[in-house]
Amino acid sequence: MKAAITGTGMSDIGRNTGRPAILHLADAADRALARAGLTLADIDGICTYPGKADNSPGMSPLGTGEVRNALGLQTRWHAAVPDGPAQMAPIMAAAMAVMTGQARHVLCFRALTESSSQSAGRRASIPGAGRAEIGGWLSWLVPVGAMSASNWAGWMATRYFHEFGMTREHLGLVALAERQFAQMNPAAVMQKPLTMDDYLAARMISTPLGLFDCDIPIDGAAVVIVSAGDAAKDCRLPPLRIEALGSALRSQETWDQRADLTTMGAHDAAADLWARTAFKPADVDVLGLYDGFSIFVPLWLEALGFCGHGEAKDFIAEGNIAHGGRFPVNTGGGQMSGGRLHGFGLLHETCLQLWGHAGARQVADAKTALCAMGGGFIAGAMLINRD
Amino acid sequence: MRPLPELTAENTAFWTGGARGQLMIAFCDHCQNAIHPPQVICPACQSRHVGPRAVEGSGTIYTYTVNHQPWMPGMVVPFAIAVVDVDGARGVRVTAPVTGCEADAVKIGQRVRIAFEPSGEVWLPLWMPLERTAA
Ligand SMILES: [Zn+2]
Repeated sequence: MKAAITGTGMSDIGRNTGRPAILHLADAADRALARAGLTLADIDGICTYPGKADNSPGMSPLGTGEVRNALGLQTRWHAAVPDGPAQMAPIMAAAMAVMTGQARHVLCFRALTESSSQSAGRRASIPGAGRAEIGGWLSWLVPVGAMSASNWAGWMATRYFHEFGMTREHLGLVALAERQFAQMNPAAVMQKPLTMDDYLAARMISTPLGLFDCDIPIDGAAVVIVSAGDAAKDCRLPPLRIEALGSALRSQETWDQRADLTTMGAHDAAADLWARTAFKPADVDVLGLYDGFSIFVPLWLEALGFCGHGEAKDFIAEGNIAHGGRFPVNTGGGQMSGGRLHGFGLLHETCLQLWGHAGARQVADAKTALCAMGGGFIAGAMLINRD
Repeated sequence: MRPLPELTAENTAFWTGGARGQLMIAFCDHCQNAIHPPQVICPACQSRHVGPRAVEGSGTIYTYTVNHQPWMPGMVVPFAIAVVDVDGARGVRVTAPVTGCEADAVKIGQRVRIAFEPSGEVWLPLWMPLERTAA
């Protein structure tokens, strides 16, 4: 019996909230448990990405230890997953934990205080900043001036534009679609309208990516409860069955050496996901696609087979991913208008859609959702479905 | 201050070759595979006989970005960072800032030559445009 998602919750995310991360986390946990019809006493597992880390300001203020202590959890299984498919890794690990009997209900979480931390320290989201030396894959980027993920995503976008004739306007349509959704979601941080003129006039960050091609640092937390297949029957809402997972990676862990930089690890993970299920892209009602930068959305669409290689610009221009489109993407406003919860916000939103809890932006009778997280060599994809 | 790379057994030749003006790439002595980032084991054949060799120091820009955002105090912008297919080292790209031309003059396919600037014991690579542009 497959693992299932039985509850999700998000704190009141915002910019410069000044609230301790653990209060955001506790709010998100309360809301997820209420949705699931569970209590803290039912939680016997906990998992997160990446664990407590200070490599970038406010990037991960809480590990499993802080959360176990604050919530008074007694667990049979706990882990943090810093490697692997990043944001998706704790969900995947939890699914495997419940299927091997390590736990019945696993609280998976992601908490960030990047907004407060960056404002307080006047520091941008730069890995390794302030350190004298840097190791690992970052050592091939930061010392040569590629300090920001916007630079790394910029390389992919430049090459993609060159090969396939995509323009800034195509990426602008992604940003505009997300802003339109955000205006239908009271929880999203950006509520003002965004026009193509606004998008094109915004300052450049790293060509061809401008300000509105980037996601927004926030303070907040999200919790996703992954339960054993049989345990899910006892919960309040229809369990969202984890139909298939994919996290294959067939290139090395770098941002610049992959032979074709118009593809990502996403392409390997997506192929593996579809190899594990009878479902097809046409069965999908709603999507959550990682949008740390706008260019990741077309790359994920192609990776997942919603259109062919090089065709995403037309697929987007035809309105497929926007409100009312055939394959609505990031209906909560995504990370570019909703705020960066590192994929957990996107997963929360796709679950709300499958439970019919998405308010004004509800996709009618949504039963099957695809959620994909990561960019560059980091990629994990998940297909969830309800009866 | 921009962090410098931590020097290891694998990468010291790459980061210090600039002292002699040489771009040092790791090659497998057994199967001649070029390996980057450098390793002491060849991922293609598992040979441990891997060592650095100087390559010509030229290449072709595969992709690039022009960074406009000053990520830390004192950072001079804009500047271009190019990802370059290195001549004589199949499959290897070396990523470095572009110097010697306006940032917005950088193009995919542009031929470039390596240069270095010292920072402590490390010699950071830079790419300089050559006249001729590849097709
Ligand atoms: Zn070899």
